[in-house]
Order: sequence, then structure tokens, then C-alpha cells
Amino acid sequence: MSFLLACPNCGVREVSDFGYGGEISSRPGAGADFRQLNAYNYFRRNVAGVQREWWFHRSGCRAWFIAERDTRTNRVMFTALPKDVPPGGDSGPAEGPEPKRLAVS
Amino acid sequence: MLDIFRRRRMWRRQRELKGSYDVVIIGGGSHGLATAYYLQREHGIRDVAVLEQRYIGSGAAGRNTTILRSNYKTLEGARFYDASVKLYEGLSQELDFNLLFSQCGHLTLAHSDRAMFVMANRAEVNRLSGIDSRVIYPEEIKRLAPAMRVDNPHATYPIVGALYHPPGGIIRHDAVVWGLARGADRGGVEIHQNTEVTGLERTNGRVTRVRTNRGTVNAGQVLNCTAGWSTLISDMAGVPLPITTHILQACVTEPMKPLLDVVVVSSQMHVYISQTDRGEFLMGAEIEPWTTYRMQGTLNFLQEVSRHTLELFPQLERARLLRSWAGLCDLSPDYSPILGKTEVENFHVSAGWGTYGFKAAPIVGKTLAELVATGRTPELIAPFAVERFYEDKLVSELAAAAVSH
Repeated sequence: MSFLLACPNCGVREVSDFGYGGEISSRPGAGADFRQLNAYNYFRRNVAGVQREWWFHRSGCRAWFIAERDTRTNRVMFTALPKDVPPGGDSGPAEGPEPKRLAVS
Repeated sequence: MLDIFRRRRMWRRQRELKGSYDVVIIGGGSHGLATAYYLQREHGIRDVAVLEQRYIGSGAAGRNTTILRSNYKTLEGARFYDASVKLYEGLSQELDFNLLFSQCGHLTLAHSDRAMFVMANRAEVNRLSGIDSRVIYPEEIKRLAPAMRVDNPHATYPIVGALYHPPGGIIRHDAVVWGLARGADRGGVEIHQNTEVTGLERTNGRVTRVRTNRGTVNAGQVLNCTAGWSTLISDMAGVPLPITTHILQACVTEPMKPLLDVVVVSSQMHVYISQTDRGEFLMGAEIEPWTTYRMQGTLNFLQEVSRHTLELFPQLERARLLRSWAGLCDLSPDYSPILGKTEVENFHVSAGWGTYGFKAAPIVGKTLAELVATGRTPELIAPFAVERFYEDKLVSELAAAAVSH
């Protein structure tokens, strides 16, 4: 068994229900040069530990949402729609309401 | 007769780390050991330590599906892997160790006109580089793999042709690791197992010291050959890499009578199948799309791989699966490796191999050893420098490398 993810709209589903959108990274500013844009396009932190990442409920409501997951254990700390993501983590909105905690391991 | 009761060590047991080495190779897999082997053999550099966090061959080198081939899609890729297969052909002799390399041939099935077009393209590129590779049709496929169900009117993916690559085949992966380790050890290289690198110290833009769980050593040059763990080691040196780590899975059935003596691959069905010398059917599939460092398999994989294998080999219906396993793959954005120098002067990488690093082991060893010894990047690996991502000059092997083992 791989792991389960809780879609903020539909609830707990198998991971194969979802598309993976990769780790969250911050976009370069408007004045970024060619090299910075390529670094943003291609380079990844690829952390062994807790990271925030994009997921897409491909076989369900087709919403994009954010999960916080430990890549060493695949334990999911929380999932939330982008507007509900709590501050902290490596990147994400600076402030927001408390997310729905739908922790699944 | 008494000889069979004698215990022979393949390589020396290592006790303490020395205070300093000319070259420290991080990762005791096929790439690290091959580099160590060629460093002592071709360049006489013997003050080398290979540091392995667990036991040698415990990572991707011992978890792959042992397929060798060189029918890649880009000229750069085809040339590179052809050099690798040629080295593999002579390696058993050279190492005096039977690697059980069987060049039984490699079939990449095509299920649509579009796929046939891609196969024809690959065959042309291959032949330009002098690689034996051609498009064949169902009649010939049936002759090469009589046990496979080629004419199935109800098939989800009908077989319309294949790319046939006669020099491709399978080799014993553990033997490759052990043979290279023995060869390197005899040349004076130290292999330290259970030695995990915990940090790299930089002074004046160079990596000068390597911290491990067994003490710290000074290093003249440092090589990162850690596949799935590449980004973690590169981070210690302050070198970013465009890599994500995913699991790739494989499984074997119980041993059967000899039925298949060619490697069968289908990109569209996400499966590659071969029969090992022990008679097991060895099956592999695609990487999982999400990144992870946890080497645990999934039920989905077993379901998918069984379904697709049975479409091709319905006679395996009652075969039981013996084992399944997962390994870590370091995926690069263009499915080509990241090889050679980095922005840190004495820190070199062999990474971004995705699902096809094992095929490249000898040529990586040879070219990286040359880079370490001479300080110059060999022409063969020049297209694979990490700098290409900053310049957006990719070497795309997407069509030939993604699933097609």
C-alpha cells in the first residue's frame, strides 16, 4: 500500500486518485534574468523530510490543494486548499485561517 | 576439492578511516566502485576511499532489473551508452569474474503508428552511431519470442511492431558490484561500508573535509555517486541539483522453465519483462510520480504489472510472485544524466540517472576517473554537465528513457 491523501473537498482517497504537482517553490520576481528563470524551472530542493507540495484531485473534484508530507515516511501532516494553508513551512501565504486538519497516515 | 571449503574474501576488511585521501567517492554502488576501479587501473590513483552508508550494492545497483542496452534517442545518449555496453562486453574477462552477461536481444514493442514512427526515428539515430538496432514486424517478433501472445485480436494494446536491439541483454547486477569492488580493492582502493557521510566542509570554494559517522577525513577531490540521495550530498557541498527522488519497483515470479530469451519492453503498457538465469520472470514498471525517500512498494504496482504482463504472457496466469521491492531513482528534468564538474572546483557528480544508471556504470567510471586524473571533462560526457539547465540546453531522452528499459 502506498499512502492515503485527504482531499479538502472529497475526503480520504488513495494516492493514485491524485496528480502530483511537486514541491512548492517561490516564483522569481518580474526582473529575473534567464539564469534565475531556469533555476526556478528546473532546480528542486528535493528534501528528505517535511515539505509542502501541490496535489491535484484528478479522479475527483479536480481541485488543486496543498499537502504537508514527510518524504521519509510518506506521513501526511495536513491537506488544505491554498487559501486555508497555515503560515510557516517552507513557503505559502503569510497569513490565513486555521486549516481543516485532515491528518492521515 | 578442498578449495570449495576455503573462505575467500572478495575485498579487505577495513578498520579505521585514514586521516586523508586523494579521492573520496561517496556511494558504494556500481558508479562509485567503477570510478574507483578505473582510477587505480588507468591512472594509478590508489589513495582512494569509497564510502558506503550501508553495504555495497544496497541501493540502486542491487535493485535494478539488470537490463543493458544502447538504443537511445539522442546522438549524445546513444554514443554514451554504446561505449558502456562495449565496456560491459569485456568486463567479465577483465575482472576475472563471471558477470553472466547474456546479450539475448532487446525488444521495445510499438502499439500504434505513432510509436512505430518514434521507433523508426530511434533506429536511424542508432545506426548513425553504428549501433545494431532496427524496426521489425509481428512475424519476426513471433520468431524471437514464441511464447509471447503477439496476435491478440482483443488486446488493449495490439502489437504492430518493435524496435529490435540485438546487443541488448541482461547481466548479473550483484556480480557487477562485487567484481568491480574486488578489482578496485586489489588495486589498493579502500572500501568502507556502514560509513555514512554526515557533512562536507568547504574552504575557499573547495570541499576539503568529509565528515562521516566514523570520523572526519581530508579529501583532495570528492565525488558524489549516490543516485537517489544525490541532492542530500550535493546540498552539503552547496551545489543545487535539478533532481527529484522517486521510487521504482520490480518483482519476480517463482522460477519457471525457460520460456523467454529476449528482453521485452512496452512503454505504453509501462512494463519490461525478462526471464532470469534462475527462471524467474523479472518485471518492472514505471516510477511513482510523487517524490519520496521511503523504499516501500505499492499495491497498485503489483496490480498493473501483473495485468500487463498477463496480456503478453497469459500462460503465467498461475505463476506466484516471489518478491517485490523498490529502489530510489534520481530523476532529472530531461531524462539525461548530470555528470562531471560542478560550480565547486573539486566536487564532481554522477547523478540524475533516473531509471537507467546501471547501464552506464563502466563508462561513468572510466570518464569520471579521467576527469579526476586530468582535470579535463572528457568529450563523451561534455553534453551532460549540470550547467545545461541554467542555459536551458537540454538533452531530451524522454521518449527513449522514461519507461523503456
